[in-house]
Formats: sequence, C-alpha cells, structure tokens
Amino acid sequence: MKLLPEDIYITASCIISHHVVYKNEHAIFENKEPDVTAFLVAAYHHFQLQYPKFYKMDNLSKLGWLATELLLKDSFHAGKYQPEAIGVVLANASSSLDTDIKYYETAKDIASPALFVYTLPNIVIGEICIRHHFNGENAFFVFDEFDAGFMEQYVSNLINNNILQSCICGWVELLDDQYKTVLFLVEKGGSAPNILFTKKNINKIYQSENG
Amino acid sequence: MSDLKTQIIAQLNLQDVKPEDIADDQPLFVEGLGLDSIDALELIVLLQQQYKIKLSNAEEGPKVFRSVRTMAEYITAHQSRNV
Repeated sequence: MKLLPEDIYITASCIISHHVVYKNEHAIFENKEPDVTAFLVAAYHHFQLQYPKFYKMDNLSKLGWLATELLLKDSFHAGKYQPEAIGVVLANASSSLDTDIKYYETAKDIASPALFVYTLPNIVIGEICIRHHFNGENAFFVFDEFDAGFMEQYVSNLINNNILQSCICGWVELLDDQYKTVLFLVEKGGSAPNILFTKKNINKIYQSENG
Repeated sequence: MSDLKTQIIAQLNLQDVKPEDIADDQPLFVEGLGLDSIDALELIVLLQQQYKIKLSNAEEGPKVFRSVRTMAEYITAHQSRNV
C-alpha cells in the first residue's frame, strides 16, 4: 500500500509592508518612518532584538532577517529538527539591485567591501541560516511577481521527498523605499488551527495586508 | 585616538558601540571588538579615505589593526613620512 504524503501546514506567517509588521495576519508594529532603514531599525529596537550584525546588513538582508526573527518568535521549536532538516526558500523581483546601485556609487571612489558582500540576493538566506544555524536546502529565485503556485510546489517537493522537514519560505522584495516581505513557516504534520500549505492559502495570506 | 574610534564606529556601522566602549589597547578582532574579515577591508578603506594612507603590504594588516593604539601609531608614522 502506498502511503500518502503527510499534510504540510503553514504554522506561522510574517508580513512587513507599508510601515507595518504583521504576525499571523495581526498587526504587531507600526511606524510611519518614511526611510526604510530607519523603519527597520525602529522595528529591531521595538522587538528588543540583540544582534549587532543587523546594523551592518544591507536593507534586503535587514528586511528578511527581521521578518524571520518575528516569524519564528514563539512559533518555532528548532530543537524538533536537525539543522539540515530546516531550509530557506525565498524569491523577489529586484534581486539585490538596491545594494548593487549603492555599491556602484561607492565604486566610483573607493569600492565598499561591506556593500560588495551584499550584491547577491541569496546573502539574506545566509544571514538567516547563520543566525539560526540552519543547514538545510536553500534557494533564492527572482520572478516578476510572487508566484504562490511555484512556492507551494517547490517547497512541498522538498518536504515530501524528506529533503526538509521544515522550511521558511516566501517573498522578500526591496528596492529604494518600496518593500514587502511575506514569510511562511512551513512544517510537515500539524493540525488545526494551522493552515494547509496550498496555493490558495498562500495567496490569501500574501494579500491579507491589503485588507 | 577618540576621533579614530569615532571614525571606526562610523565606517563599520557599529551602532551599539560608543567611542568610550573601545579601550585603546583592546583587540579589534575576534575576542575583542569581534570584527571580521570584511571589517578589516573596511579599515583599509578608512585609512585611504580619511588619511590617504595605502596599506601596501597585506602582511602588515594584523599588526596595524591589532588595536586602536596600533592603528593610531601607524597613521602618525605614515602621516609624518608623507609630510
């Protein structure tokens, strides 16, 4: 008898967009600071996070790292999994262009090594994995827009094939002062009130901050 | 040395650190201020931008960047050489 794959659930979500941070679709922080760096640093202070390297990250990494901290807070028991069973799969539209442009500007004088190291979008995954000691499969995709169907398929495939048991996945987009991140904590098994990891539910959460 | 500490904090974006938190002889790397290899490159940029000093021999790095005092001594020696 062939066993059916175990259900995969969204056990937490975090959205940061338009000056507001949402955890599990509830607003938990708001700050009208128009500058994206100032907004992210204000959120970092508000949640009393302690990670000095945060200040050195580019804005894309700050955004993804901060969203992951809040996604996992009170929702994730890392001890349940081996480090290699926890993965990170992210996507965005602008890649690392925000930092690429800033780096290009410095290169006209003396190129900044601290900016250069952030001129790839997958560095945000590195920052998350270093912070939480995750060693599982990871990938960063660049799409014109968020593709819930792709995310569902790709992550479900990793979990159903026992490559991962848990995955942080979603969208981390930032260019100039425009930003939106929607992250999902996805785990095998679970039960209500957790939400099934389906294209429809992913899209519902992705669009939830629009009201 | 106080100015140099301020410049290091700005260059390395050490926003939780104040100049008075850095002792003159405190190691800058690993067990001291905890700087990493990218910070080392940024310190080289700082020397170039602020003091027009190029660290020509990479092997000098660990000695020059051991502490704020060793950096200050290196800057003083090279500035007087440039005059």
